[in-house]
Amino acid sequence: MRIGVDVGGTNTDAVLIDGDRVIATTKGATTADVSSGVSAAIERVLADAAVLPEEILWVMIGTTQFTNALVERDRLDRVGVLRLASPSGDALPPMTAWPRDLIERIGGRYYMLPGGFEVDGREIAPIDEHRIRVAARELRDDGIRSIAISSAFSPIDPAMELRAAAIVAEEHHEARISLSHEIGRLGLVERENGVILNAALMSLAATVVASFERAIDQLGLTAPLFISQNDGTLIPADRARRYPVVTMASGPTNSMRGAAYLTGAKDAIVVDVGGTTCDIGVLVGGFPRESSISVDVGGVRTNFRMPDILAVGLGGGSRVHFDPAAESGVRIGPDSVGYRIVEEGQLFGGKTLTASDIAALCGRVGFGDPSRILPLPEAMRDAAWARIEAMVAEGVDRMKTTATDCDVIAVGGGEFLVGENIPGVARVLRPANAAVANAVGAAIAQIGGHVEQVVDYDVESRDEALARLSGIAIGQVVSNGGDVASARIVDIDEVFLSYLPGRSAQVRIRAVGDLALVQSKDKEKVALGNAD
Amino acid sequence: MLIDVHQIDDLACGAAFLGSGGGGDPYYGTLLAKAAIERLGPIPLLPLADLDDDALVVPCGWIGAPTVSVEKLPNGREAVDGLRKLEEIMGRKIGAVMPIEIGGGNGLAHLIAAAELGLPVADADGMGRAFPESQMAIFNICGLSACPSVITGADGSLRVIDTPDNLEHERIARAISIEMGGIAHMVEYPLTGRQAKDHAIAGSFSAAIAAGAAIRQARAQKADPIAALAGALAKSGLYPFCDVLIDGKIVDLQRETRDGFSVGRVIVSALTGDRTLEIEFQNENLCARERDGTVRAMVPDLISILDRETADTITTERLAFGQRVKVVAAAAPARLRESHALTLVGPAAFGFSETYVPVEILNNWENAAVV
Repeated sequence: MRIGVDVGGTNTDAVLIDGDRVIATTKGATTADVSSGVSAAIERVLADAAVLPEEILWVMIGTTQFTNALVERDRLDRVGVLRLASPSGDALPPMTAWPRDLIERIGGRYYMLPGGFEVDGREIAPIDEHRIRVAARELRDDGIRSIAISSAFSPIDPAMELRAAAIVAEEHHEARISLSHEIGRLGLVERENGVILNAALMSLAATVVASFERAIDQLGLTAPLFISQNDGTLIPADRARRYPVVTMASGPTNSMRGAAYLTGAKDAIVVDVGGTTCDIGVLVGGFPRESSISVDVGGVRTNFRMPDILAVGLGGGSRVHFDPAAESGVRIGPDSVGYRIVEEGQLFGGKTLTASDIAALCGRVGFGDPSRILPLPEAMRDAAWARIEAMVAEGVDRMKTTATDCDVIAVGGGEFLVGENIPGVARVLRPANAAVANAVGAAIAQIGGHVEQVVDYDVESRDEALARLSGIAIGQVVSNGGDVASARIVDIDEVFLSYLPGRSAQVRIRAVGDLALVQSKDKEKVALGNAD
Repeated sequence: MLIDVHQIDDLACGAAFLGSGGGGDPYYGTLLAKAAIERLGPIPLLPLADLDDDALVVPCGWIGAPTVSVEKLPNGREAVDGLRKLEEIMGRKIGAVMPIEIGGGNGLAHLIAAAELGLPVADADGMGRAFPESQMAIFNICGLSACPSVITGADGSLRVIDTPDNLEHERIARAISIEMGGIAHMVEYPLTGRQAKDHAIAGSFSAAIAAGAAIRQARAQKADPIAALAGALAKSGLYPFCDVLIDGKIVDLQRETRDGFSVGRVIVSALTGDRTLEIEFQNENLCARERDGTVRAMVPDLISILDRETADTITTERLAFGQRVKVVAAAAPARLRESHALTLVGPAAFGFSETYVPVEILNNWENAAVV
């Protein structure tokens, strides 16, 4: 049995799954200390299902804590950046084009040092160990513990980043070092941006992961803890402590994966309706379609693999405005009462007319008391509902990739805002437990592995190269706690490179596998496996 | 006119469109240009007519693999080193620089050198768009020599090429760029002011800025950015026709590498579901065809694939299945459509058997535009 938890800004949801059956679910408030909310949610699902803590084999948590910290510039560490690429890149120092307040918050300290590799494996410049030592000592003396290290072409050859990390560790015993090749793809600026953000999150990551572990320990659970990544796969808690940045966008991904699991659909559009917005994404083969453009996180350009999500300003708490200036005389949102809907929404006796109230008047809502909603002429009710339907339809249409009809899966606490009549949609699926699809997505997640390299098919045959890289991706799945027998390649992406000799291609391979049965005492072993 | 920091994003947006799918992502060029202007002040933009006839005018640009350029970043002195060496070889001072190609990242490449050396930028370029190889520049078409030409790398390495054969120059330059790590800076086709006036694609730099500004303003006013783009291009006089070929989604994408080029085709299916358009590319988009084979646009006319919401240009290496796009074609500058130019940059130069027909005739835009 496994437990999945989704820690959002407002709600902490949990589900307990046995085999492929959801046997208990809960929705509670996120607490200031996070830990007590998580432990309360887990306690409730255990009690509801009458399951003992020792029967739980795995706990998976998805969290938005790190995104919120970056967006709010809150609880971030000061960072020292070492880039090994000079003389290449001297014109674009680390943190170029970052928002000024974020640079000030993390200190903006960097060293551009000799090093890095060419695309063909030659050194741009030899590593200068002495200058790395000097930098490490200066940062140590200034009390900067979070260190980010980047190097040109490190996704292809991480040797210089690893050597620099070893030197920094020798000089600066309290250093917490983030390496760019561990998280990023080709594109030095974007990858380096990501690893600097990661370094800024080190203290918070230690606190958050420790609070999750405390919550689990307090309940007597001995199951290993996994954290959801942006791509919907899991990493061991220890890796999330070192690389929190790869878990930032797990919320929408988990909702979509949960929707796929709850309905059995592989290809569909998922509409996840929350309190303020609805997130619309596309499932392709059971996984979210990824965004192809660079992703801004807290105003910083990164190249993380993120789901392609369209956020529409329509949620259960969206305010309804009857406005003659609006096209159809009515406007929904973008302002929202959010989680305060239980006090301010009219169906709870409040004064604010919300999208949920309109849905309740249409007989679509199973909670609250529609009789408390202030009288509203039918024509206005119908106009407001028509507007809600139009907003969903527009969003779905923008995300559709085929002209043929598709299925829509409505999930999230506000799923009742998704009407039955959407042009171009064959069916609207409303699975049981739709309100906790995100926690289900966390619970059912698999272990992921990912490799990206530039290969010259004239030097290494395509078959050999793909087999070798597949082996690396599968190896990552296993070292992250995956079961070798179930590990398989789910995606191979090749982009042929222009203007290079031979037949060079940039190859990205993604693998997933089921969780291996690992006892908690083996956590250390799992963590060690990540180093390669 | 001065080129200031706030024009750089407009320039990048316009240059990306004129790249016709190639020329690389201008993002890093944008950062470099902004940093240089912030440090050294705005750069004067000179109309070609204002150049002295005997001034030395030098086209600049990056040569190499876009994929390498995002990892092996510029040192920042490459262009300056190359231009100084050229001054030494020619025994005279440079009067102005210009981009060898306005399309994509190279539309911004010369700005850092202009700022560093205090040189004006001539409002012109050598291609009016982006092309994959140096000998496709209008200056080769007009019989001028690419040499002396100087290639510089991030590590300070420098090579001078001197050959009377412009095709050989391209081959040597390509080999040197690979030797230098897959990306290098090149100054080539040194011109007199008179030659620049006679042969360069005049006004393309300010056309790119105007195109980007039009898109930005239309977005802000929630107006149609592509109509605004077309208006700005027509007003420039260089690109008299521009319109949407199809509004749809990418339903198929195939790529491979052939002779060092990224080649492939992408199929866009109309949102209405009743039509598809296939675009063949070789770094740049080259030809757009209906399902029945009817050609809608062909090189050297511009074919760019834009995000249908933002009107941002998607370069060929960033195309992906499922993207919602508008395919937009624009008439190439008239100089590229002359019969001698077409042998070097027309359909035949890229292996197509079709005879070149202007995009406005293929789509019957001509009559509409007379109004």
